[in-house]
Amino acid sequence: MVQLPRDNNQTDRLRAPVIRIGAWQWLKSNLFNGVFNSVVTILVCIFLYKIIPPFVRWAFIDSLWLSTADQCRAGDGACWSIIPANIRFIIFGFYPYELHWRPTVAMIMLISLLFYSKNRNHWNTSLGYIWIAGLLIMGILMRGGIWGLTAVESDQWGGLPLTLMLSVFGMFAAYPLGILLALGRRSKMPAIKTLCILYIELIRGVPLISLLFMSAVLFPLFLPAGLTVNKIIRAQAAIILFTAAYIAEVVRGGLQAISRGQYEAAESLGLNYVQKMRLVVLPQALKIVIPPTVGILISAFKDTSLVVIIALYDILKTTRSVLGNPSWMGFSPEAYIFVALIYFVCCYAMSNYSRRLERELHS
Amino acid sequence: MSDETLKKGINRSDDNKMIEIIGMHKWFGDLHVLDDIHLTVYKGERIVICGPSGSGKSTLIRCINRLEELQKGKIIVDGTELTNNLKDVEKIREEVGMVFQHFNLFPHLTIIENLTLGPIWVRKAPKKEAEEMAMVYLKKVHIEDQAQKYPGQLSGGQQQRVAIARSLCMKPKIMLFDEPTSALDPEMVKEVLDVMINLAEEGMTMVVVSHEMGFAKSVAHRVMFMDFGRIVEENTPQEFFDHPQHERTKLFLSQILN
Repeated sequence: MVQLPRDNNQTDRLRAPVIRIGAWQWLKSNLFNGVFNSVVTILVCIFLYKIIPPFVRWAFIDSLWLSTADQCRAGDGACWSIIPANIRFIIFGFYPYELHWRPTVAMIMLISLLFYSKNRNHWNTSLGYIWIAGLLIMGILMRGGIWGLTAVESDQWGGLPLTLMLSVFGMFAAYPLGILLALGRRSKMPAIKTLCILYIELIRGVPLISLLFMSAVLFPLFLPAGLTVNKIIRAQAAIILFTAAYIAEVVRGGLQAISRGQYEAAESLGLNYVQKMRLVVLPQALKIVIPPTVGILISAFKDTSLVVIIALYDILKTTRSVLGNPSWMGFSPEAYIFVALIYFVCCYAMSNYSRRLERELHS
Repeated sequence: MSDETLKKGINRSDDNKMIEIIGMHKWFGDLHVLDDIHLTVYKGERIVICGPSGSGKSTLIRCINRLEELQKGKIIVDGTELTNNLKDVEKIREEVGMVFQHFNLFPHLTIIENLTLGPIWVRKAPKKEAEEMAMVYLKKVHIEDQAQKYPGQLSGGQQQRVAIARSLCMKPKIMLFDEPTSALDPEMVKEVLDVMINLAEEGMTMVVVSHEMGFAKSVAHRVMFMDFGRIVEENTPQEFFDHPQHERTKLFLSQILN
């Protein structure tokens, strides 16, 4: 065979051409390349000019940050004072005022735990124990009743702790349940398969609100007299069951993307079903579906605000209660912008983390 | 090593049977893909199966470790009959290595993790021991320096050699090869065949579905030709290539050897 001469001397090779354009060139080619685009560009500029300066004046220049409600009414700008003046009710709801340190510590614990768990190097069995211990302490902090802590009934819980609790538990419980449902739906055993399909289709066929109503109104009717299940737990269960059905369908999509060869290779090594799924199939399938899964988790987080219809005081409801107070009535834009920011920070953190996870798992 | 020493001494006594297939039938819907297959493979024996696509040769060897279910007949592997009993199936799969046309490495695991997965989880070997053994087999297939890479970073030939090493880590008694070189670029076929020849020299029992006739000539004890789900012809490589009996075999060989 003839050896082909191979030229490794890069300097002799043709380089890709470097194209440099100036600012004017860039504007011309990106914003004004044609009559239609030029008109659109100009219209957008006018629109932004009309919107942004007044908003900046309202939100920052003319705004009041630490004043009374009466001072606000005299001014023209935004009344951000509504937030600091009512912050503790917005965050904690009806939780006893002098005990607010307890949910604060619980939330700080929860957030630190979440941050600690972000690092994949920390994912091992001891992390599981840390979580169990952490959740126990958080529960005790919220509920009290032992160690000299005053008992606080769960119908007094509210605000941000409630929102965080419903969503964090909702996600962490719904995810594994969803995976099991997805595996069940692909099972060869007809009974399991039918049950899973039935479950998924039934739950996906009704809105979350109706599930919450059922959990609040219908479910207690079926319980034996005298036995009651806490309203928060019932709402939590409804959120978990609802989210799991959606997760299941997304995970099923991931499972279908894994080629038959992967299953066969795992089987021919002698791995049993659980090992095959856990070590070979699920790691690949779950990675593929990270984007849609996080989409579901984000909407589940926002959907926790629907618990307001069964009279639970999540952070959106506490904010609305503040607006019901005559002295602060009418400052709803400020209050809602604040709550929206809290939701946004949480959701953005989630989607950011999912992108990082995807990058890290990219192999 | 000469061809003769490579092929000497197969003990064809009853207690030396590794695989015994008796009257096996299989249908895909109406299609009769395996039609009354009888085949006995003895310890240390190497069999090459060839035939046109759709002739059932892949299905045949996939039945041996129950990747496909047969509908009639019997397969006995190393004294254990393949039944619907999951325990039996898993036990046989531990003893039977399989190499696929498309390698089927686990893309989310490094090469060394691919190799140690079976030993650690199925054989319950300690991690360190499994890794040492994996390195031994990686050396054997000449890619010990790629141990920490992911399958996607390797060439097709390297991936197939990893796949062979992965099967060997389970210390199988039988190796099945399902067209191991047909998805490879021509320049990589030889490196994979060399590894297979080494394996043959060590006395591994092998059933190979392949159209690599050079490999069949130098390594196989028996060559079989399949068509329409039947074993049409079966002979020593010498006889098979020099004096094919059936018209169908002659035609196939003339096309493949041009």
